Amino acid sequence: MKILETKNLVKRFNGVHAVDRLSIGIEKGKITGIIGPNGSGKTTLINLLSGVLEIGDGEVVIDEAEKLTRLLPRQISFYGITRTFQNVRLFEQMTVLDNILVVVTERNVFASLFEKHTDYHGKIAEEVLQKVGLWEKKNQLAVNLSYGQRKLLEIARTLAMKAEIYLFDEPFAGLFPEMRKIISDIIRELKRENKTVILVEHDMGLIRELCDYTFVMDEGKLLAEGAPEHVLEKRAVIEAYLGE
Amino acid sequence: MEYLIHLAILFAIYAILGVSLNLVVGYTGLLSVTHAAFYGIGAYATAILLTKTGAGFFASVILGVIVAIVVSFLIGAVLSKFKGDYYALGTFGFNTIVFAIFLNWQSLTRGPLGIPGISRPELFGINFANNFNFLILALLFLGLIYFASRFITSSSLGRVLKAIREDETAIAVFGYNTLYFKLAIFVISAAMAAIAGSLFSSYITFIDPSGFRLMESVFILAIIILGGLANLRGSILGALFLILLPEILRFVGFPADIAAQMRQVVYGVILILLMLYRPQGLMGEYKL
Repeated sequence: MKILETKNLVKRFNGVHAVDRLSIGIEKGKITGIIGPNGSGKTTLINLLSGVLEIGDGEVVIDEAEKLTRLLPRQISFYGITRTFQNVRLFEQMTVLDNILVVVTERNVFASLFEKHTDYHGKIAEEVLQKVGLWEKKNQLAVNLSYGQRKLLEIARTLAMKAEIYLFDEPFAGLFPEMRKIISDIIRELKRENKTVILVEHDMGLIRELCDYTFVMDEGKLLAEGAPEHVLEKRAVIEAYLGE
Repeated sequence: MEYLIHLAILFAIYAILGVSLNLVVGYTGLLSVTHAAFYGIGAYATAILLTKTGAGFFASVILGVIVAIVVSFLIGAVLSKFKGDYYALGTFGFNTIVFAIFLNWQSLTRGPLGIPGISRPELFGINFANNFNFLILALLFLGLIYFASRFITSSSLGRVLKAIREDETAIAVFGYNTLYFKLAIFVISAAMAAIAGSLFSSYITFIDPSGFRLMESVFILAIIILGGLANLRGSILGALFLILLPEILRFVGFPADIAAQMRQVVYGVILILLMLYRPQGLMGEYKL
């Protein structure tokens, strides 16, 4: 079943097509890789799917039923979508714990005024922070974490959302092997829980290792798709990455 | 002693203004310079109600709060669509408009002539015409507003406000309608400022528009930046500092013919030095 589809999705920036009539379908419960050279529109696609950018043209279909031509960032969690950012975006001058609690507590203004975080919220935070090894640092400000820890905290924040679809935008970039292992274990575990993961990544080894299916983008268009081992052998894909 | 009580009352009023503005600027990261407008709305509501009708002070406080809530809701709904510098400019414009209304709606506000003869409150036989009694009343209101603000900042709402300050797009992605949160805290803060206005007009017994111009908003902003953003006790300390400092400078032996100017210069220099060496303010956790 296709949990997420794009149909002729278009996004232009000052006349340049960042995403150009892109139609892809993401299978539920699978890990789908999005690859392509720099500037091929991968992050723009993630931004469109998460409502951070307005859709120019075309539509996004969720659960083969909900057709959307306009997605607001605040709505995407309602559809069970969550994400990380290519350039990590934490709530810097808040503690590690508060970075997690803020995504698990009440969304309604009035209800949130009369809510203190409970054991229930605390347990979720502890569980996800333990998973990424940051529970010991729960009282530190996010701004004081190392680069790798920041990436891990961002991933922990998405796990706390208990979403259906996880959009990970280059989660491994610039990380040490131990941290890479934590993240690939998390991604595999999400798959075991029948969650859907969309992974933007440059490391072809990781794509082969983790992904069930891969889309290759170039200049905003779909260049190729298929199982990673097949797609990565294709001449057009190699040329797009390495030049002719 | 009367002089000290007078300063303490002014401190309590400005501490209320500081604590309430800190909710918007320090916690939510919205640079607002329109607090004096709501302070003025509270002051005029009390002044007009007490001089034109037989209503009591506490009824006038409620009226001031209601008017501030309605006005801040309308303005906040527009302002909440803005971010950063644009938000600051929007609030700048709003304070200017409200000041112009105080100045020119003469049939209601008497314009530049101001409203004299505002009475002091009386409750359960306690007459607040006595300055000491009034100080107790002002401190009670300060306590009430301080604890209400603490209740807000320690709730889940307070955490969301901080997240909006840190990254509004990111928190929206996690399912928050940030517009409602920004609007809610703006309205709450305005209602608190109106209470300070009611206290001020009843205490001084005379108000005119000059007390509610943009510079007054900047002064309140200085209180919270100096005391420390996102720290409620910092705002109280900031109010204490900025109310007392000019008074302390009175006792420095400047030559009589330039004393007033020198006090201004020293006051300015101290503020510059503080910002230079302690940009996060006296008790602040967060820098703008």
